[in-house]
Amino acid sequence: MKGAALFTPWGPSLRWGDGKAYMTTVTAAHDSALPADWRDLLALTKPRVMSLVVFTGLCGMLAAPAAIHPVLGFTAILCIALGAGAAAALNMWYEADLDALMKRTAGRPLPAGRLDRQTALHFGVGLAFFSVLLMGLAANWLAAAILAASILFYVLVYTVWLKRRTPQNIVIGGAAGAFPPVIGWAAATGDVTFLPLLLFVLIFLWTPPHFWALSLFVRSDYAAAGVPMLPVVSGARATRQQIALYTLPMAAAAVAPWPLGLAGALYGIVAAALSFLFLVLALRVLANKASEPAGMKPEKQLFAYSILYLFAVFAALVADRALS
Amino acid sequence: MTEPRDEEIRRRQKVRAIIMALLLGAFVVLVYAITIAKMGMLR
Repeated sequence: MKGAALFTPWGPSLRWGDGKAYMTTVTAAHDSALPADWRDLLALTKPRVMSLVVFTGLCGMLAAPAAIHPVLGFTAILCIALGAGAAAALNMWYEADLDALMKRTAGRPLPAGRLDRQTALHFGVGLAFFSVLLMGLAANWLAAAILAASILFYVLVYTVWLKRRTPQNIVIGGAAGAFPPVIGWAAATGDVTFLPLLLFVLIFLWTPPHFWALSLFVRSDYAAAGVPMLPVVSGARATRQQIALYTLPMAAAAVAPWPLGLAGALYGIVAAALSFLFLVLALRVLANKASEPAGMKPEKQLFAYSILYLFAVFAALVADRALS
Repeated sequence: MTEPRDEEIRRRQKVRAIIMALLLGAFVVLVYAITIAKMGMLR
């Protein structure tokens, strides 16, 4: 396979046990006597990414047919946020060597030497256990189990196993980000039905076009770090084709709750209109021939719109359920 | 006389201690609220 020939399975010589020695050569050395600054611990949780996770989790909860006590609902959303933060911290702990090699991520606390790896590991593991335990005690253990599965999937399947091995990393790994609406729904109802599974499928299919649009204009970063993202391994043309291809089932999954009777016309029309615009932008990406980031305006537009798209589709679902 | 580095260590320790105290206080309030909510659901 082309990717396997280009990239070693574990990337640049990071293995269990020798990571610390390696970090001192790739990243700036951390002064171990200096306690971590709270802002660096907060940065480990990737707060901006967390906002989308929290929003989709909240929408999953609000779209559920059962009402949840506001305090328990707030706690469940807090747990989703903390769980996402834990997964992000563990991701940064494991990928500090990669982050040091990419312009986009070199300023993060670990590669910049503002935080030591052990603190990041302890912070991530502690936060993960705390979020799952609190979810189980406040909401229910099904929601807690799904939260635990999502953290483990993101850390072990995506970060450790797939990311450095295959250009399909974000296709399979994208499932980790698709869990929040299912968790929100499970927290409110205690079970998982067809609608939250459809929402899972929607985010799962949304993730590849979203990330591949980004990876097209930061391709050189990924290439420098040896991460086998699709544009690095298969080129820009193949990536643009895959973006357009994934947009079709994604649009179908977004609209599906309407014909299936799981959502009303308001949601269906909004989802269809937003998905149509997504498809138009994806086709503009497909038509683009630029190979340098300066000429990748359609890719940047699609990336920005994809975030807005997910917010708007989920907001429409909640509005539809509230009005029906 | 303390070194500037020692001052930075003290400053960070103080800020972290304050944040930890606030988080623990918030956690206690949250557990109290969860308990009240659960008791209300059992009635």
